[in-house]
Amino acid sequence: MKMLLESLLLALILSNLVLLGSTRVRNYVKVIALQGFILGLLTLLLHLGALSIHTLLLSGGSILLKSLVFPWLLIRAIREADVHASVEPFVGYNASLIIGVLLLPFCFWLASRLPAQLMPTMASSLPIALFTMASGLFLIVARKKALTQVVGYLVLENGIYVSALALVGEIPWIVELGVLLDIFVAVFVMGIALYQINREFDHIYTDQLSSLKG
Amino acid sequence: MNYLAFSAPLSALVLAPFLQSVINRTKATLAGRQGQPLLQPYHDLWKLLRKGAVYSSVTTVIFRLGPTVSLATGIMALFLLPLGGFPAPLAFAGDFLLLAYLLGLGRFFTVLAALDTGSSFEGMGASREVLFSSLAEPALLLALATLCRLTDASSLSAMLAGVNQDLWLGTLPALLIVICTLGVVLLAENCRIPVDDPTTHLELTMIHEVMVLDHSGPDLAFNNYGATLKLWVFSAILAGLVMPLWQALGLPPWLAFGAGMLTVAIAIGVTESVMARLRMDRVPKLLLSASLLATLALFLQQR
Amino acid sequence: MLVIFLAGLACLLLAGMSALVIGKRLRLATWVAVVGVIAGSTLSLVAALQILLGQPAVSARFTWSMPLGNLVIGIDGLSAFFLLPISALSALGAIYGTGYFASHGTSKSSGLPWACYLGLVASMAVVVTAQNALLFILAWETMTLASFFLVIFEHRKTAVRQAGWIYLVATHCGTAFLLVMFLLLGKHAGSLDFDQLAAATPLTGQLAGLLFVFAVIGFGTKAGFIPLHVWLPEAHPVAPSHVSALMSGVMIKTGIYGLIRTLGFLGAPEAWWGILLLGIGLSSGILGVLFALAQHDLKRLLAYHSVENIGIITLGLGAGVLGVALDSAPLAVLGFAGCLWHVLNHALFKGLLFLAAGSVIHATGSAEIDRSGGLSKTMPWTATCFLVGALAISGLPPLNGFASEFLIYYSSLAADLRSTVLDNTLLVIIMGGLALIGGLAAACFTKAFGMVFLGLPRDRLPGVPHEAPFSMLAPMGVLAVSCLAVGLLAPLLLNVLALPVLVCVGGTIEMVSLTLGIVRQPLAAITVTSAVLLSLIGALLFWRQRMLARRVVNSAVTWDCGYDRPSARMQYSGSSFAAPLIKLFGFVLGSRTEYSPITGLFPAASHLATHTPDLYQERLYRPLFMSIARLLKQVRRLQHGKLQVYVLYIVISLLALLLWEMR
Repeated sequence: MKMLLESLLLALILSNLVLLGSTRVRNYVKVIALQGFILGLLTLLLHLGALSIHTLLLSGGSILLKSLVFPWLLIRAIREADVHASVEPFVGYNASLIIGVLLLPFCFWLASRLPAQLMPTMASSLPIALFTMASGLFLIVARKKALTQVVGYLVLENGIYVSALALVGEIPWIVELGVLLDIFVAVFVMGIALYQINREFDHIYTDQLSSLKG
Repeated sequence: MNYLAFSAPLSALVLAPFLQSVINRTKATLAGRQGQPLLQPYHDLWKLLRKGAVYSSVTTVIFRLGPTVSLATGIMALFLLPLGGFPAPLAFAGDFLLLAYLLGLGRFFTVLAALDTGSSFEGMGASREVLFSSLAEPALLLALATLCRLTDASSLSAMLAGVNQDLWLGTLPALLIVICTLGVVLLAENCRIPVDDPTTHLELTMIHEVMVLDHSGPDLAFNNYGATLKLWVFSAILAGLVMPLWQALGLPPWLAFGAGMLTVAIAIGVTESVMARLRMDRVPKLLLSASLLATLALFLQQR
Repeated sequence: MLVIFLAGLACLLLAGMSALVIGKRLRLATWVAVVGVIAGSTLSLVAALQILLGQPAVSARFTWSMPLGNLVIGIDGLSAFFLLPISALSALGAIYGTGYFASHGTSKSSGLPWACYLGLVASMAVVVTAQNALLFILAWETMTLASFFLVIFEHRKTAVRQAGWIYLVATHCGTAFLLVMFLLLGKHAGSLDFDQLAAATPLTGQLAGLLFVFAVIGFGTKAGFIPLHVWLPEAHPVAPSHVSALMSGVMIKTGIYGLIRTLGFLGAPEAWWGILLLGIGLSSGILGVLFALAQHDLKRLLAYHSVENIGIITLGLGAGVLGVALDSAPLAVLGFAGCLWHVLNHALFKGLLFLAAGSVIHATGSAEIDRSGGLSKTMPWTATCFLVGALAISGLPPLNGFASEFLIYYSSLAADLRSTVLDNTLLVIIMGGLALIGGLAAACFTKAFGMVFLGLPRDRLPGVPHEAPFSMLAPMGVLAVSCLAVGLLAPLLLNVLALPVLVCVGGTIEMVSLTLGIVRQPLAAITVTSAVLLSLIGALLFWRQRMLARRVVNSAVTWDCGYDRPSARMQYSGSSFAAPLIKLFGFVLGSRTEYSPITGLFPAASHLATHTPDLYQERLYRPLFMSIARLLKQVRRLQHGKLQVYVLYIVISLLALLLWEMR
């Protein structure tokens, strides 16, 4: 049980590392799908003792939405907008990995300093949650495309989700629903925006959006 | 002094080329070929040892020193390496640092010997070698440091003795990552396929082989033998880590170690058969990822 | 004991002044200076060794007409340890300098450079033995000025003057911080004597932290912490080689000495001090070696390697401070021991490398790595010495660099910290960082040695390569042998470290010796391995010789891939050798490439040049100083040379003061 939990957390952290070093947009989407699946399993696993409709719905919804619907939307966006396969970073892949090496100890340090009351079953997951959030933020900052920013937001949300699991064990239903809805809308809007930007400008570089201002 | 302790380095000296042939045989089998005889590496070494030598007129004594030093450091590294249940003849706290630096010394002279020829091909190989090895070094030491903390020991012999089934069960994630990291380091340091192709034929794409283009006769034999010893060193560390799996099947330590060595050799052979070589500028990413993984393992180990 | 040391100091000062007076008679001045340096160094070396081998620490107190304290000079374990490299390297450098000044200073009096050299040596000796802040600062400034005049030895060249200028400004900015720090300390303790400073009531946490940062900036400027290192790569290449050796080998270490000494006045350290030092050490180490890799000038490359080695030393220092802060005896003792030992080792091998580089420049007239090549055929002894230094600085066994790096590595392994996160972070920084630095240093020195001494000459050089004269070879030989000896005798030399480390960590000598004892067995095993390795290499060489003796050994051209006309210009150059690494780390180096591409069917001549300027000087200091200069230009409007208006200024200010007083 503990082993399984740890392996899931390990898979989560490894998926973040893959994101940092990945060069292809499609890999991003695959990793996002994987992360959604991991989170769903994690929720299920944590409440294995006392399964309720709530947990089942939450984990099922999480898996359905994060590992099927979002990836499908994103893949569609990639296809529709004819996104180039490469990620095109501001910060190179090697540099990203080095920053990853530096972020990791920092997150562990931060987690050790936070005066948080952790759930005993998830005591080791706080640094991993922090690292997931940090990687999400890093992807938003350090990658060029609008699509990678969506991915960054999703990773950030995953990190928040894990930290919530670690801190309160159970996320109030309505909060999680609200967050999921937010993300859903965000992905949806991004998809449309992506398509529109692409149609208007033949590319989807957010750094050139600044040319729109008067 | 326990004379039995010397059995480890001595058997390594004898068996190291055989490891090479297991890898070759694995690759041949996967490619549907019959493959060379298992004793071929021994024949090759013997043949080279009996030959004369040709030296470039550009070279100096450094060129002649290179293969000898790299062989000598390889042999010395064996004396720091435990084998199966036997501790190494020289086991002391922090000996893995000396091991890494001994191999570094050998590499230093191999690189200088390559530069001594004045050939641009060999310069290119040397340049790539120092690039990849300097990135592999942190991954290696971080992985071994993690192992130190996992087993609460600080010498290679004690560390590998501390890797048992309990450790496997207790700290599986960290141990798996350490094995992955050491695997990547092994492939990079020994010029194996995703990093370098030991059997390639074009000078421009080689790394290690191009550095020794100008060596001949006994020098080449020293160099090749040194390379097999280096491969043995890394494989033996990995074999020591996977040994408990075989011991779980009821094998005695020395047999479990042998099985571990075969596992590693076959794993290398399979990796080489199923993977393509990475583009040169992708290799640093692989090695940086290995360092990153080792850092992760270090933070995961303390529970 | 102190008498011996003071006699040595007197020797140095007397010889310096005599050299100045009889400067016109070149040969005599040189003799006087060299004999003075050797006598002075030997005396202070004797005094230092006696202290290190167990004699009690000594100090003498004289009254002087300065406020706040007395003129106190004394030798304790730490001072004695720093006196070792100062004495040894200055004597060897002086012997080397006889050849150098003789060949360069024919047109002018050689008295002044010698006087400066002796002044530099004497002031360094006073810096590490002063036990009063005022005396310390005086010696510190003398050291700066003496080295400044030595840096601008070839002052007719613009580049040299500019480098000297950067050195002077940078080091004075650092001194400003030191002055403030010592004044605040003195105000707190009521005296500037070191014993009073150490005995004063502990400072409050914030003030101690602030003073620590001041000390890091002030001493770090001299030591060359990144980004305070800007003067190093400018000043070292232009100074005469033996002066570079002395400056890089020992003068920058006085910064480390000052920092350790000051830590003793600040009370119990906090954990963040150690972490800050570790961070500085890591960044200085990695960036130093990366910038070194990108250099085309041999001495500039060595200068950046000083930054790298200061980084390694600071890693040890940080580990030690962290150990003291967190009460971990192994980390504290081994960290400080590694730091101090690397100070000594760096003096030996960096001195050796600078002297060997000096011989190369002396012989070929050029320090450009990309133009030279094949010098080991004409300069075999210099090449051997450089090779020993290169192996040592790359931290490879059996030489001395490995022993001290092993201590720093081992301190992180032996650390028993209470916090696991801190423990792991320490391991990542020291294991990962030091391994990366070591790997890159090996890359850099295979480049330096391989390109300069191996292969064929890549270009026509200004001078005809020839072996250096004996006066230049002998000091190099001594240093090379000591590199090997210190490496092989490491377990014995551990005892010498006990007293200096005791000054750093406090506690009892028994505790320190006991803790140091845990590395004695590993070091002994390393010595055994090294000895066996050396004999194994010998045996293999002998066997190979025997095998080849009875066979055909031919000579041919290097394998050229079937190309008909390979030329020496086609060899891999230093730049191409380092290019992949430079590209990989381009995001911290900011290298620039000038390239005129080849176009058309019959391309005209084309060229490619890479240049890696110091990023910090380009992006940080130049803009900063430019804006300060622009700001100050506004002030110049007040100064226009009209006397009447000046008087008006005076009247206005007097009136203003009067009104202020009458209000």
